[in-house]
Amino acid sequence: MNTKSRFLTIFSVLVYTFLIFPLVIITAAAFGANDYLKFPPEGFSFKWVANIFEVEMFIRTFKISIEIAVFGTFLALLIGIPAAYILSRYQFKGRNFLQGLFLSPVLIPAIVFGFSLLKFLIIKMQFPVYTSLLIGHTVVILPYIIRVISSSLESFDYSIEEAAVSLGAGRIKTFFIIVLPNITSGVIAAFILAFINSFNNVPISIFLTGPGVSTLPIQMMSYVEYYFDPTIAALSVILMLMTAILMFIIERTLGLSFFTK
Amino acid sequence: MALLNLKDVSVAYGDNVVLKDFNLNIKKGDLVSLLGPSGCGKTTTLRLIGGFIQANKGKFIFNDKDYTKVPVHKREFGFVFQSYALFPHLSVFDNVAFGLKLRKTPKGEIKKRVMEMLDIVGLADYSKRYPKELSGGQRQRVALARALVIKPDLLLLDEPLSNLDAKLRVKMRVGIRKIQKELNITTVYVTHDQEECFSISDKVAVMNEGVIEHLDTPQNIYDNPKTEFVANFVGFENFIDLSLQSKNEDISTYNSKNGRVFKVKSTNINSNKETIKGAIRPEEIKIVNKGGDNKDENTLDGIVGISTFLGKEYQYMVDTEVGKLLVNGNTNKRYKEGEKVKLYLPKEKMVLV
Ligand SMILES: Nc1ncnc2c1ncn2[C@@H]1O[C@H](COP(=O)(O)OP(=O)(O)OP(=O)(O)O)[C@@H](O)[C@H]1O
Ligand SMILES: [Mg+2]
Repeated sequence: MNTKSRFLTIFSVLVYTFLIFPLVIITAAAFGANDYLKFPPEGFSFKWVANIFEVEMFIRTFKISIEIAVFGTFLALLIGIPAAYILSRYQFKGRNFLQGLFLSPVLIPAIVFGFSLLKFLIIKMQFPVYTSLLIGHTVVILPYIIRVISSSLESFDYSIEEAAVSLGAGRIKTFFIIVLPNITSGVIAAFILAFINSFNNVPISIFLTGPGVSTLPIQMMSYVEYYFDPTIAALSVILMLMTAILMFIIERTLGLSFFTK
Repeated sequence: MALLNLKDVSVAYGDNVVLKDFNLNIKKGDLVSLLGPSGCGKTTTLRLIGGFIQANKGKFIFNDKDYTKVPVHKREFGFVFQSYALFPHLSVFDNVAFGLKLRKTPKGEIKKRVMEMLDIVGLADYSKRYPKELSGGQRQRVALARALVIKPDLLLLDEPLSNLDAKLRVKMRVGIRKIQKELNITTVYVTHDQEECFSISDKVAVMNEGVIEHLDTPQNIYDNPKTEFVANFVGFENFIDLSLQSKNEDISTYNSKNGRVFKVKSTNINSNKETIKGAIRPEEIKIVNKGGDNKDENTLDGIVGISTFLGKEYQYMVDTEVGKLLVNGNTNKRYKEGEKVKLYLPKEKMVLV
């Protein structure tokens, strides 16, 4: 082994250690018997996992988070799929501007974006908190949807659509019977990615939550301000598991390389 | 009357004018090929006929109706793409049935017609396969069957064989021609393979920079090309500047720059210009031994330059008084570099452009 690759190995090990070690601590603490976060924990118990279900706020905000993530993702797909299609198939004036506009939520710092949404949706438009939260999430996950759908459209030969049209299918019909069935894996991936993003979002939600309407991550943050017990660790482990399962589904439908290319 | 008629059509991509005042007539039942170098506008012409692109100017008349503004899906034309463009999520059967289903054809009839068509293209046993489970040649035949099963008014093919190997190309082109004749379907065929195009077409349109330079039967284009470009494209590799001496009904006389006399058949004169180019294929020039022939008409003296082996013949670069000429000679004898030779250019083999 030469020096260069040895250095690389050490470097990778360090990086992974830093990434994984906190997760190990959290996981260990979640199943510990102590009343506070302690590593290594003393004893083994499921009581903190059980305690999650005792905290009524967690249950309620979990439901809201799921609702917002599911509806938001559906809305974003409804807007994102046609938008991605038009952006990738048609040349028109202002195309670059639109592309930039759709992708801007990733470029603007999320906290700035969240604050502007608060100003606009709640203060100016006087929308209810729940509606604002839904709109905010929809907007913030739209770029992911468009990115993923665009890249699966790009790998779909346009002449296949032209073939369908030449055989007598109109443009819209062609989209539904030819294009959509061939980009389903992209749609699934976009859905999951958007769902994870919405479910875990803090910087947008923190501005768009109010009395009675909050999301799980926000609730977790306020919980740790007052309690030091490992309930949060247990909850974190469950959330990690959920994300891992979803990523596993993506890996199965598309391969993770889909996002790195 | 022509079935298809493009009248003074212009097409541009932005500022790039690809077709300018383009005209094309095609008779019912004919297979017409568009032949030309890369980028000359063949695909553009085909896509214009198919309705995928719009003309800036001009008219497209089909079957005495104005088709200029008819959208693609209302045209009833079959289109075969270079990439085949099969529907990846549908089986061979469903690919071919696609057009019929859209036309609300009864189920029983769909089944009958699809299987008939698959039979014609020799894929009856493959109806349950998916496109990715087929070879290139099989995919191409599915694409053909899919376009033909709707009994299109016109069949458009864009280099349908270019992704296949040489042997299969020959086999498939015979197949395409056979089906085309059997179904008597008017066809426009785009290719840049000369042999392919000459072998299957009723008419060939040789295109250059968005203009049809010569539209005629393969035989006429091969023997008597109308322009310098076409001559060059179909293998007339030698051009000699000539000026007119006397024109007669049968045989006309021209002079080369160095004063040699050239007699040519008057039917081979394709331009009225005083100074004109005499074109001839390398394989039509005869090498005659110096001093062997007394007549000086249609001859040139030259010195053999480099030679190459073509398999059936040798090809020489011969330096003559009117420039370098490519000349083929048989394999009985290989002339050496620097050897003096006399070239004979038969009058019936020369074409004036
Ligand atoms: N979508 C397009 N946008 C801009 N220019 C184009 C487009 N399609 C073709 N062109 C240009 O139009 C000209 C003709 O193109 P066309 O595709 O018709 O050529 P072709 O004869 O089919 O060539 P080939 O044998 O390479 O397929 C070319 O100069 C090409 O660069
Ligand atoms: Mg082309």
